Amino acid sequence: MIRDPNDLPRYTASERVNHWIVGMCFILLSLSGLAFFHPAFFPLAALFGGGVWARILHPFVGVLMAIFFGMMAMRFWRLNLMTPDDREWLRRSREMMDGDDHNMPAQGKYNGGQKVLFWAMVLCVLVLFLTGLAMWREYISGALPIWLVRLSSVLHAMFASVLIALVTIHVYAAIWVKGTIRAMWYGTVTRPWAKQHHAAWYREMTGRRGS
Amino acid sequence: MPLQSLDIKARSATTTPSPQIRSTVEVAKLIDTSKCIGCKACQVACMQWNDVRDEIGTNHGVYDNPIDLTSASWTVMRFSEHENEEGNLEWLIRKDGCMHCADPGCLKACPSPGAIVQYSNGIVDFQEENCIGCGYCITGCPFNIPRISKKDNKAYKCTLCSDRVSVGQAPACAKACPTGAITFGAKEDMIDSAQDRIADLKERGFKDAGLYDPQGVGGTHVMYVLHHADRPELYHGLPKDPQISPLVGLWKGFAKPLAMVAMGAVAIGSLFHYVMKGPNEVSKETERELEREDQR
Repeated sequence: MIRDPNDLPRYTASERVNHWIVGMCFILLSLSGLAFFHPAFFPLAALFGGGVWARILHPFVGVLMAIFFGMMAMRFWRLNLMTPDDREWLRRSREMMDGDDHNMPAQGKYNGGQKVLFWAMVLCVLVLFLTGLAMWREYISGALPIWLVRLSSVLHAMFASVLIALVTIHVYAAIWVKGTIRAMWYGTVTRPWAKQHHAAWYREMTGRRGS
Repeated sequence: MPLQSLDIKARSATTTPSPQIRSTVEVAKLIDTSKCIGCKACQVACMQWNDVRDEIGTNHGVYDNPIDLTSASWTVMRFSEHENEEGNLEWLIRKDGCMHCADPGCLKACPSPGAIVQYSNGIVDFQEENCIGCGYCITGCPFNIPRISKKDNKAYKCTLCSDRVSVGQAPACAKACPTGAITFGAKEDMIDSAQDRIADLKERGFKDAGLYDPQGVGGTHVMYVLHHADRPELYHGLPKDPQISPLVGLWKGFAKPLAMVAMGAVAIGSLFHYVMKGPNEVSKETERELEREDQR
């Protein structure tokens, strides 16, 4: 393992493992969940050994994801508190998306968009966890009033769609911004990457002048 | 009833039309609560014909036995005591079970293709071999009928004896009823005979007698003659205007394609963003700048 000593550590091994567990759970949950969401996706249940297995597994994987997502949120929430710079970043996000990041304010470890995404995901997972419990027919639904199970079913489907869209954006952003995905694989990023995309974090990590 | 083919006209989790060309007579079971004596012969006949034996339960101090529908008790007599305007006690007995809605909430909610079907004669039937045990049928049902078995995690309910009906027989409960409170036939004929009975009841002082064929679920293929049709809730909470909950409608209705389009749009939008704007790479300028700093 030869690595550039100049690279900056962005994620520890345990943070990476945590993220991957959540990611794998998410993939399993969205595939099995989509199978119940719309008949067009029902064949996805075959990936889990059929509809019955998909129904059995989905809630257990859901609990697992809630636990590990919770752990991840505990690790990162402080870094995702909004600052005035983030709001400025969000105001200019259209320029960013246009591919012109010249006037973007210097960002810490996370930019305004990442922070909004973080809190939106926290909300989604929380709602999905609670409504998912209410929909768990085998153990829980029978003890609840029917209106609550119905409401939970609507919210679960709604927030799941939103979360799938958010994760799509999250994944795409990592693909779009070159040099990002390695942070998820082995934890480091290059200094030029940091300087360009997270100048404030770069300053903090290197003690050098950011752009 | 003549022999009836069981053509499927609606099927759960299926977005294309089921065969529609052959049409059969719509059937219905008519339960006349004013003739019911609460003998539970219908419950016994149901158990016997369908080969279901529920566990022996406990006495709850009321006549209802078993106390509720289960995966092995597809029909139960509900006993309600009602004090009428004259201060007299009326014992209202209603045979509870699947109503076989024309617009079935269970079928709408079911995510498993073909686990719930509706025959062209109106019977709504569960196909347990396709059931995945999620319980969405319970969430969708406006009458609180389906039950998931603890043994096999499949949903069960009254089949309206679809197997008997297909060979020209009336359901077992109707066959066994000693007072003729349960009759079975073409829905049209059942409505006619109900009207005769209702006129009769009105003459005898039940001025609010009427037919329970709730239009909120498109009508049902199990109908009641009620002495107090203005207050169906008296009959162990029979809903006055049952319909598929708007929440279930939203869940299984227009929100779904909308969410599909939104998710697809985000994915395709991302792809086209990449195609149109290209990757967001670290600028060469920044890289050179850092190299110069390092050399200093």
